[in-house]
Amino acid sequence: MTNVEKHEYDVVVIGAGGAGLRAAVEAREAGLRVAIICKSLFGKAHTVMAEGGVSASMGNVNSDDNWMVHFRDTMRGGKFLNHWRMAELHAKESPDRVWELETWGALFDRTPEGKISQRNFGGHEYPRLAHVGDRTGLELIRTMQQRIVALQQKDARDHGDAESHIKVFAELTITEILKENGKVAGAYGYWRENGNEVLFQAPAVVVATGGIGKSFKVTSNSWEGTGDGHALVLKAGGRLKDMEFVQFHPTGMVWPPSVRGLLVTESVRGDGGVLTNSDGIRFMFNYIPEVFKDKYADNEAEGDRWYNDQANNRRPPELLPRDEVARAINSEVKAGRGSPHGGVFLDVSKRLPADVIRKKLPSMWHQFKELADVDITESPMEVGPTCHYVMGGVEVDPDTEAAVEVPGLFAAGEVAGGMHGSNRLGGNSLSDLLVFGRRAGAGAAVYVKQNGAASVSDSSVKAASDRLNAPFTRAGDENPYTVHAELQQTTNDLVGIIRTRVELEEALVKLAALRIRADKAKAEGGREFNPGFHLALDLDNMLLVSECIARAALQREESRGGHTRDDFPKMDAKWRQVNSICTWDGSKVTAVTQKLPSMPKELFDLFDPHELEKYMTPEEMTAQEGGAK
Amino acid sequence: MSAIKKMVKLRIWRGDSKDGALQDVEVEANEGEVVLDIIHRVQATQMSDLAVRWNCKAGKCGSCSMEINGKPRLACMTRMNMFEEGETITVTPLRAFPVIRDLVTDVSFNFKKAMEVPAFEPPADLKPGEFRMQQVDVERSQEFRKCIECFLCQDTCHVIRDHEENKKSFAGPRFFIRIAELDMHPLDILKNRKQTAQEKHGLGMCNITKCCTEVCPEHIRITDNAIIPMKERVVDVKYDPLRWLGSKISKREGIV
Repeated sequence: MTNVEKHEYDVVVIGAGGAGLRAAVEAREAGLRVAIICKSLFGKAHTVMAEGGVSASMGNVNSDDNWMVHFRDTMRGGKFLNHWRMAELHAKESPDRVWELETWGALFDRTPEGKISQRNFGGHEYPRLAHVGDRTGLELIRTMQQRIVALQQKDARDHGDAESHIKVFAELTITEILKENGKVAGAYGYWRENGNEVLFQAPAVVVATGGIGKSFKVTSNSWEGTGDGHALVLKAGGRLKDMEFVQFHPTGMVWPPSVRGLLVTESVRGDGGVLTNSDGIRFMFNYIPEVFKDKYADNEAEGDRWYNDQANNRRPPELLPRDEVARAINSEVKAGRGSPHGGVFLDVSKRLPADVIRKKLPSMWHQFKELADVDITESPMEVGPTCHYVMGGVEVDPDTEAAVEVPGLFAAGEVAGGMHGSNRLGGNSLSDLLVFGRRAGAGAAVYVKQNGAASVSDSSVKAASDRLNAPFTRAGDENPYTVHAELQQTTNDLVGIIRTRVELEEALVKLAALRIRADKAKAEGGREFNPGFHLALDLDNMLLVSECIARAALQREESRGGHTRDDFPKMDAKWRQVNSICTWDGSKVTAVTQKLPSMPKELFDLFDPHELEKYMTPEEMTAQEGGAK
Repeated sequence: MSAIKKMVKLRIWRGDSKDGALQDVEVEANEGEVVLDIIHRVQATQMSDLAVRWNCKAGKCGSCSMEINGKPRLACMTRMNMFEEGETITVTPLRAFPVIRDLVTDVSFNFKKAMEVPAFEPPADLKPGEFRMQQVDVERSQEFRKCIECFLCQDTCHVIRDHEENKKSFAGPRFFIRIAELDMHPLDILKNRKQTAQEKHGLGMCNITKCCTEVCPEHIRITDNAIIPMKERVVDVKYDPLRWLGSKISKREGIV
């Protein structure tokens, strides 16, 4: 395979969003040589779309906040299906990760004392989200990007070459993680620009590829969210955890059709926006679930007072966790109380003066003005649920982010599972990226120092190359765009917000049929920047991920967080004791259950036992209260 | 309000670094759509290998930069209803950068220039968590940090648009605002950023025609808030001996 471009690195990081870049920084600072690979240009990753903020219990706005409160909120938001250790590390370390960004040049909005300002968000007990207006993700990605450049500038001074220790391979897609003797040995892929193939030899690979939204029809995700990392890890022998939990963000744009699904930040509600139906009713008061009754206002007057006096009032139900709000909107629309284009109304114009709206929510103001001809300082927005985030992902060791079953493989950010349980709180994604991105980089560094270099055999390269070229060489005449559209319709109709056994079984039949067609997807034209070719390859990943979601959803006979079964509408404490695990044997996905690790006593004791009784079985409560681990 | 469908005429540049030409297509358009939707429909139905960069489709990532009827624009933020009925819309790649294929250009120039701007440098003794800055002081730099790196300002800038030879010594508006952002950062201690802008990054070649400001989709006042203040202070410092002395004493050279 002499004609293949070859590179050798200590660590290959797949994905240049927040998690990938933070992992790369950590690995470089540990002395390693790092390749950063991204499908887009450097700095365009989906992290830029994060709006509201990054959660960290710095206590700058309310000094009662601390990691224990953040931990509790995170576990509650995830309905106690989270891996306790990940939630603990996340809550403890996120303030340091935010402060570190400031030393790299990030400029967050400030409090009057000159500290980082923090805003309210759904499910967070105190104002906790560090932010820059409603463009926090852009600030984060740019800061990380500029940190990488700063490290490269240092390498230029120290080693005479800016790319001696970190090189960004932009617009390159990885199609396979390569293993030799059961361990990671590298990765294989192609330049999007010319279709030329590239081999990376490396003992460690960090997967930080983000989400899966492009498997769904209405999504806030960009084209990059094709579940590449999820599929790469499955194919490399790794395991995906809790894939049934998909977050439908309650507020996506619903009109015009071309922007359907585009995100409307939760900050709109955090800053006072209210949800109403076509009767003008603030319907969220009718949807406060039993487990949250003592935390949320049951009348408008109290909810309104909360914005100015949080100590003596309960928060308005517009700020319930995202899964609750999304289901409520879905129900209102189904009951015929929706807005003209099939959503509900979100109104901030009656709550804040126009100049404050433009200042606090500048990109929302632009987005609606320029794309929908709506001035949000004067009129309500029309919003509805949109596929936003997958809680499920690669099963990892919580401390090192090492992927279970695949030595040398690490995963961080949205592609990893466990941190968010059955539902992620807003703001916990950017902090997740930083906390676990850093840990993955550190985990990879330790691994590389213990294991040394890796090399890939010619036969592995040949096999990877053949698979990569299949869209050009295979017989068949399927249009990849058509197959993709049908996949999105299938998941939308049968694996969406509300699910049933019958529909999920139908979905699996349809997905199997689509897989046969995807295997015949043909790339027209040449290898140069050919999106048809790229999509033909991505389809395989999207189908694999969709099958995992459907199988895991079929297995879990309860409703919890981002998984709602119409035929099993209640949360069931027995199901809280298990995660679902998906594996791939080369031809089919298998879903099984696996016991959830139980919280140690000191974390269990952070909760009021009466609250935990709502989630845990009596046996678990007895065991925990008795001090058993 | 049902979706209104109609046919629109598009003229798309197709080709590569060696050769290319405009090709005419007719394609369906629906109410509320943007140029990027139309290009995607062409891709899905008529030219499956049509190359175009895009990501967020919400004006936040700055990937789908191209020239629409000769103007540098984001395709995702260009509404179809801004064109006349029956008008042919011409879509071409950014002119200031080498074409890779169709609407995709090689923008690596910008990443090279980014490498030449010295990084943020906070005081060495200031620990994480101890940074204190007032909102009013960070706002000036925050305006420039809104930049989504679409490079439309670089594309339209006449210093490099048709002058390949100037690229070596000219960083372009995107990096003038990057330098201004760092220069105005309340806690950046690196000195002489303005002088470097003048002497190393080609600030002097800009003659303030404000084309960059006009095309900025983030409405950053590139010329008024970054370029002109830096130029003025450079002039002040160069010719005023008292201010020159002041600049040796404090970082804020030339600023009273």
